[in-house]
Amino acid sequence: MTNRNFVLACLTPLFIFSLAFLAFPLIRLFLASGESDAGWTIYLDILRKPRYLNTLVLTVVVSLATTIAALGVSTTAGMFLTRNRFRGRGVLLSVLTLPLAFPGVVIGFLIILLGGRQGLVNQLTPGHVVFAYSAIGLFLGYLYFSIPRVLLTVMAAAEKLDPALEEAARTMGASPYRVVVDVILPGLMPSLIASGAIAFATAMGAFGTAFTLATNIDVIPMVIYTEFTLSANIAMASALSIVLGIITWILLLFARSMSGSTVAAGG
Amino acid sequence: MFKSKIKILQLTVTLAACAFLLVPTILSILAGVTVNYFKGISSGLTLKWVYKVWELYADSIFLSMWLAICCLIVTLIIGLPAAYGLARHPGRLSRLLEEFISLPLAVPGLALALALLQLYGSMKGFRSSWTFILVGHVLYTLPFMVRSILAVLASMDLNTLEEGAATLGASPWQRFRDIVIPNAMPGILAGSLTVVTLSIGEFNLTWMLHTPYLKTLPVGLADSYASMRLEIASAYTLVFFVLIVPLLMAMQWASARAQRIAK
Repeated sequence: MTNRNFVLACLTPLFIFSLAFLAFPLIRLFLASGESDAGWTIYLDILRKPRYLNTLVLTVVVSLATTIAALGVSTTAGMFLTRNRFRGRGVLLSVLTLPLAFPGVVIGFLIILLGGRQGLVNQLTPGHVVFAYSAIGLFLGYLYFSIPRVLLTVMAAAEKLDPALEEAARTMGASPYRVVVDVILPGLMPSLIASGAIAFATAMGAFGTAFTLATNIDVIPMVIYTEFTLSANIAMASALSIVLGIITWILLLFARSMSGSTVAAGG
Repeated sequence: MFKSKIKILQLTVTLAACAFLLVPTILSILAGVTVNYFKGISSGLTLKWVYKVWELYADSIFLSMWLAICCLIVTLIIGLPAAYGLARHPGRLSRLLEEFISLPLAVPGLALALALLQLYGSMKGFRSSWTFILVGHVLYTLPFMVRSILAVLASMDLNTLEEGAATLGASPWQRFRDIVIPNAMPGILAGSLTVVTLSIGEFNLTWMLHTPYLKTLPVGLADSYASMRLEIASAYTLVFFVLIVPLLMAMQWASARAQRIAK
């Protein structure tokens, strides 16, 4: 066997697998989205019918809130852990990164333990405080799996920042606030944009967490699920999947062009 | 050490984030070994919920392990040669292929599952067998395996090494076996641990692809969250943590090591 043929043979299993189980199914999914009576205008229905539009808006709002909160928390913690060496730093770092591969359903359950009927908050407070099944619960669940993702990206970038620049700004009389705004944030910006896009995309597509928590509210992945299983509205489920897939894919592509690496989606 | 106000603020945020991630995890562990969680820890500690979980869900635990092992074997068989092929031919077409197989990282599992169901759902024998779930798991984990190995291979001078071996008369297969595989080992290890960890925790695809007779661990978890008492759901989550946390730690260690070598 010649060299060239050997290399081609190496790529063949991958090619066949991704053709059979990725390319063809995705083409089928796309075709199925146009097979209802509405035809291809089904994509306009997503924006025209209040049920879908409201869901889309809510999903975007919760995802945006998650992104902003995760950026705030993880950037603060990430800068702190990069710049300071102290006992217990490794433990804190492990705690903050370990949930990276927890499945979404488990994270949903953890939020129920915090804010459900038998949850910690409900037990500690005198009133009846149950927030697990509302948009707040969903937000906290999404925040739970976003913190580790953003933290890893931000820390990788923070390690490359030159502390001498901050020192220089300080000796020239810049206030701590100005150092953060004029030196640190611009240096971190590509990684902040990238990790923000990752967090947003992951939250948009999160199914497991929504599956456990979103009993009263609808987000896009839950609507896809109910359209498919309960309403048997396969065309709409497919159309929403395509739209959601394109949104998350473009966001992650954009994130990669900003920072060069992405942390896997999921949740 | 933490003199300035800013540092104290930063420390507070860091600790708050740690508490947010850690407290519910501890709650779930406690709830899994408490006699009556509603009454609190004072009702006593017990392992009876864990035994109950074993009675109810042992099948799901074994199925998840079996799937993870099969998934690892398949991703190795497809991914290792593929990573080598992509490393030897770093052209436009390879970039495109790599980008394409990475789609499952970006596209939600739910969408992929719908796509698979619509194309293969009518093939009853395949649809109702465990291999259908396996396809989903391989689809999702394969890009991790390929990229992990590719990162290590791309960082070394594969051409020179292989040319040297070729002038000594080594066939392409011998070079693959004796040069590529040993050198790619850190990437293979990191990729393998990632694949096993992700396969055991996979829910989004599996929930759509599974049948009532084929429940994996995360599917069983979702089932117990919806229908079982809190103690059983927690004990089940505890079993899951015991399985997944060591894997996660090993995975993070191996990935950091592979990254160091790739640099």
